[in-house]
Amino acid sequence: MTARVLINVPKTAKRGEIIDIKTLIAHPMETGYRTGPNGTILPRDIITLFTCAYNGVEVFRAELSPAVAANPFIAFSTVATESGTLEFRWRGDNGFAASATAAIAVE
Amino acid sequence: MRLPLVAPLLLCAGIAAAGEIAPADRRSDSVLMRPELRAMQDDDSANPGMLAVLDGEALWNAGDKPCASCHPGGMRGVAARYPAIDAALGRPVDLEMRINLCRTRHQNAAPFPYESKELLALSAYVAHQSKGLPIAVADDAATHPFIAEGRALFTRRQGQLNLSCAQCHDDNWGKSLAGATVPQGQPTGYPIYRLEWQGMGSLQRRLRACLAGMRAEPYPYGAPEYAALELFLAFRARGLAMETPAVRP
Amino acid sequence: MIRRRDFALGAAAAVLAPPARAERPALDEMVRRITGGAALRPGRVTLDVPPLVENGNAVPLAVAVDSPMSEADHVRAIHVVNEKNPQPQVISAVLGPRAGRARLATRIKLADSQKVAAIAEMSDGSFWGATAEVVVTIAACVEEVK
Repeated sequence: MTARVLINVPKTAKRGEIIDIKTLIAHPMETGYRTGPNGTILPRDIITLFTCAYNGVEVFRAELSPAVAANPFIAFSTVATESGTLEFRWRGDNGFAASATAAIAVE
Repeated sequence: MRLPLVAPLLLCAGIAAAGEIAPADRRSDSVLMRPELRAMQDDDSANPGMLAVLDGEALWNAGDKPCASCHPGGMRGVAARYPAIDAALGRPVDLEMRINLCRTRHQNAAPFPYESKELLALSAYVAHQSKGLPIAVADDAATHPFIAEGRALFTRRQGQLNLSCAQCHDDNWGKSLAGATVPQGQPTGYPIYRLEWQGMGSLQRRLRACLAGMRAEPYPYGAPEYAALELFLAFRARGLAMETPAVRP
Repeated sequence: MIRRRDFALGAAAAVLAPPARAERPALDEMVRRITGGAALRPGRVTLDVPPLVENGNAVPLAVAVDSPMSEADHVRAIHVVNEKNPQPQVISAVLGPRAGRARLATRIKLADSQKVAAIAEMSDGSFWGATAEVVVTIAACVEEVK
């Protein structure tokens, strides 16, 4: 099952305008330092990498550590250069992979 | 578990006389939170509870006989009336119990376990549709005995600390207990995203945590005491706006 | 780049070795590793984090850097590190002129009351930073992990 994702990207923007993007993804971000109910350590399970590509060009990248809170929220900015697609990708432990896209119309 | 060391001191200090909060003084617990948490709650793009609402929307429309097939008009206003008396059972049920009763009675489906991701998602989705609407549980001959039962549970001293819910949440709300502000305990935003749990949880789970924190024995999941207590709490919160999904520390 | 490799190596070592809270580098040492020994200049970086939080599991944090974000003069990366968690790294973001504005907002976990530092790595090789102190409290009634 793919992880639930919530993306906030403006649908339209003026060319050259700086837009604010908010992303939210469902993930436990288990640190590897917590003990479970039977006393054993809960193994680490985190998202390690988040990227945003704008018409195929990477415009933002973040390396996450266990200190990022569960259900990671990442907000950043990018310049609305042209109409097209923003592609968001998350990768992490245990082969975790998720992606989402958002279309933007730039005039 | 951490011992609330200040609690015995509060009792010794001779706290204010017991009594329900005056209607005009009732507030959502959101008001006592720090602004950063309120901002997280108010921004649908940042509120982690919205992930559960989206999951619930998907579940609502999924399956051979989806919930949507019997409820094409949506569920606006429904959660604001819960807990409600179930005619067949003759006693109140909360939203999670109602969802499971629908599954077994009308959808030929097994009930979801308490606190399961699916049950919380559906409950969050349904309750979110009442966001902004005033809590309005029935206040009639059928509900009065259960509201009274809930009130008795709320005001009863229990557990190793011999504390009642009312002593903190009616008599000392707004004051500090071990570095945290005591809320009124108004259930306006359930199911909530609780930072302590790093996830979603129902009012029943929160009440179990309260009981354990008071060093009292929590009733088992699904116990009638919870429905009565939740009904009383909703009655106590009548008129306050629903906020699901709320974010709580 | 040496700094990026240090970061990746630190993360890899943490995965392979069992958690050892005593072994993590101090905040100042971590900052030194990121800047490669270069001076960390105060200013230009705004670190927005509440001074007191009700719970350390999700502390809202925002970093903004005063920069024209032009080809000639921009923020290359923002690093956030902590003082007392088992590991010093929190998050590292790679930016560039396409960002328009050098900013990053997220939510972090803080195991205890401690300092947090944000470091901006500029295109001219300079490093600028800001530190903040966060007091982490917890609810009076808590349950254990289910």
